[in-house]
Amino acid sequence: MTFMERLKEAVESFGLPRLIITGFLILLLIAAPIVGADLPTQISNIINRFSWNGILVLAMVPMVHSGCGLNFGLPLGIISGLLGATISIEMGFTGGLSFVMAILIATPFALIFGGLYGWLLNKIKGGEMMIATYVGFSSVSLMCMMWLLLPYHSPNMVWGMAGKGLRTTISLEGYYLEVLSKFLQINIGNLSIPTGAILFFAVLAFGIWAFLHTKTGTAMTAVGSNPTFAKAAGINVDKIRLISVIMSTWLAAIGILVYEQGFGFIQLYMAPFYMALPAVSAILIGGASVNKATIMNVIIGTILFQGIVTMTPTVMNNMIHMDMSEVIRIIASNGMILYALTRKTEGSK
Amino acid sequence: MSRKKDLRQTIQKSSVPLMFVLICAVCIPISGLSPSYLANEVVTRMGRNAFLILSLLIPIMAGMGLNFGMTLGAMAGEIALILVCDWQIVGIPGMVLAMILSVPVSVLLGIFCGKILNMAKGREMITSYIISYFINGIYQLVVLYLMGSVIPIKHTSIKLPRGYGIRNTVSLLSMRQKLDNLIPLKIAGIKIPVATFLVVALLCLIIVWFRRTKLGQDMRAVGQDMEVARDAGIKVERTRIISIVISTVLAGIGMIIYLQNMGNIATYSSHSQIGMFCIAALLVGGASVDKASIGNVFLGIILFHTMFIVAPKAGAVITGDSMIGEYFRVFVSYAVITVALIMYETNKRRNKNRAGKQLETEQNGEGGAS
Repeated sequence: MTFMERLKEAVESFGLPRLIITGFLILLLIAAPIVGADLPTQISNIINRFSWNGILVLAMVPMVHSGCGLNFGLPLGIISGLLGATISIEMGFTGGLSFVMAILIATPFALIFGGLYGWLLNKIKGGEMMIATYVGFSSVSLMCMMWLLLPYHSPNMVWGMAGKGLRTTISLEGYYLEVLSKFLQINIGNLSIPTGAILFFAVLAFGIWAFLHTKTGTAMTAVGSNPTFAKAAGINVDKIRLISVIMSTWLAAIGILVYEQGFGFIQLYMAPFYMALPAVSAILIGGASVNKATIMNVIIGTILFQGIVTMTPTVMNNMIHMDMSEVIRIIASNGMILYALTRKTEGSK
Repeated sequence: MSRKKDLRQTIQKSSVPLMFVLICAVCIPISGLSPSYLANEVVTRMGRNAFLILSLLIPIMAGMGLNFGMTLGAMAGEIALILVCDWQIVGIPGMVLAMILSVPVSVLLGIFCGKILNMAKGREMITSYIISYFINGIYQLVVLYLMGSVIPIKHTSIKLPRGYGIRNTVSLLSMRQKLDNLIPLKIAGIKIPVATFLVVALLCLIIVWFRRTKLGQDMRAVGQDMEVARDAGIKVERTRIISIVISTVLAGIGMIIYLQNMGNIATYSSHSQIGMFCIAALLVGGASVDKASIGNVFLGIILFHTMFIVAPKAGAVITGDSMIGEYFRVFVSYAVITVALIMYETNKRRNKNRAGKQLETEQNGEGGAS
């Protein structure tokens, strides 16, 4: 009886949807060898995708901590990253240097955009998530025009015929393709681990973890869990929120650059549009809620989410010759967000 | 003094429509489109979209904000149309049957949506927005995998070659503009879809009537203040669910009218943008998140769709690239919604602050007196 109660409690704290998703992934991992998919390949796929997406998911943490809710405005940070990437290539940097330069150039953009975005979010406390979504959308569609109009000339990036206007996808061959993934890469048979990319994620994640334990970081948590109390304790609530938004935006900018180095292409125009939702649902699957998130949530969530994204197509295809992975992904990820939004949370208003 | 203030308030309130009048005034001459072409297009789009946009009014009245979940109704309408198409019932009877079929689906989806929104009070909009994505997943599951394998679909013209699932586009040739052309009328070369307008007018009347019923009054009370309404004996949760159900059902019927005008269903994308464009049009007409009238709907359609028609042409003339105009109109749609949401939230906060200050001064006054 006590065991059952304890089990029930564990399930409740873990959350039913999360349990279903974890169970589903375990089932897929068991089914994979049976239906003839190569398990090491699958696992290195998951690790690889984790290394691409980890930082984008990490970008959720500061804003959740300061009570700004889930960062649906992720595309804004992504755009800063894209500006960094394209300008770095335009200026003629190649190889690993182009990656470093992309980060350096993206940073001021992220600071400015994040600053404006944070200022805006301070004006509309309580309605952050909806407005964040639309700030993201507006900025993406504004940049669609900019990609055509800005004076880019690098022949590797612009349309061949017109000689201007950036292409929708730009190959990173010769630039920073897999600079992190190939660094100290470990290969054992079919299993390959992109050590560099994971180390990069680990450094940033540790940085955020350490930051959250500094004075400012603790203040951020205080603002997130109880703004009135934080104000009474003499914390400048607006300033802390602003810092968290800038951090989130900057992390998103770095996140997209890391994603690109793994993926191999810069995707422009409408591509950043729907990038927020996978990141949001990943951190929620990892156990975060609308106003609570830890680094552990990021790691677990990204592995679970990317695991399902990579495993379902192969397993499903081998099993029933029917690729339902896209539909499953949509239902699972949005279902997770819905679940989180309907939880009662204190201090959200 | 107060008059000056009033004037400022009216200008502030109608700033979005005024801005659009300005955009249109600049873009129309540049685009070089003839007035008769423009008028024709706007009238067509009025018939196409009015019903859909009207479906947004009732949740706004009930204080639930912009119903991004209207997409649910649109999906219900599409499912009904696909089935009717397969049964080969053509023309007006087919449309009516599709409308009848869409209602139970819409009601179910509406109840689901309403229940979830009741669990997420205070963040209805973002939740309804995510619900639309979630149900889109279910819709794809039904249309792409279940139709043809579980739900019988006979005709290969709408089925994918693999034997189940619906093709990317389903032709509605048998229903194309049947309602629009039911009562043919042309004034000065402008084709007017009289029957569609009659249906829209009927819906307007129903909405006006509905506002005066007990239920309509209850909804307004709930929209004003949920707690007060609850104390007054109104079943708040139930009222909110009903408002969403009505909106979803209307959106379903609206989608069928929309698609009969288009003449085909883009099975996997027709509904995805519809919510955004309808909401943008309503806001352009001067509505806000907590207040919208029938007038806003029609003004919004005229202004928004004029911009929509002329922007690509004007963009092409100015920059020599037609894509700029395309992106511009998408940007404007999103920007309008963003600005409206920001204005709504800042106003809400300002009112709260004002109420707080008032209370403070009152208390101070009392303190001084004693």
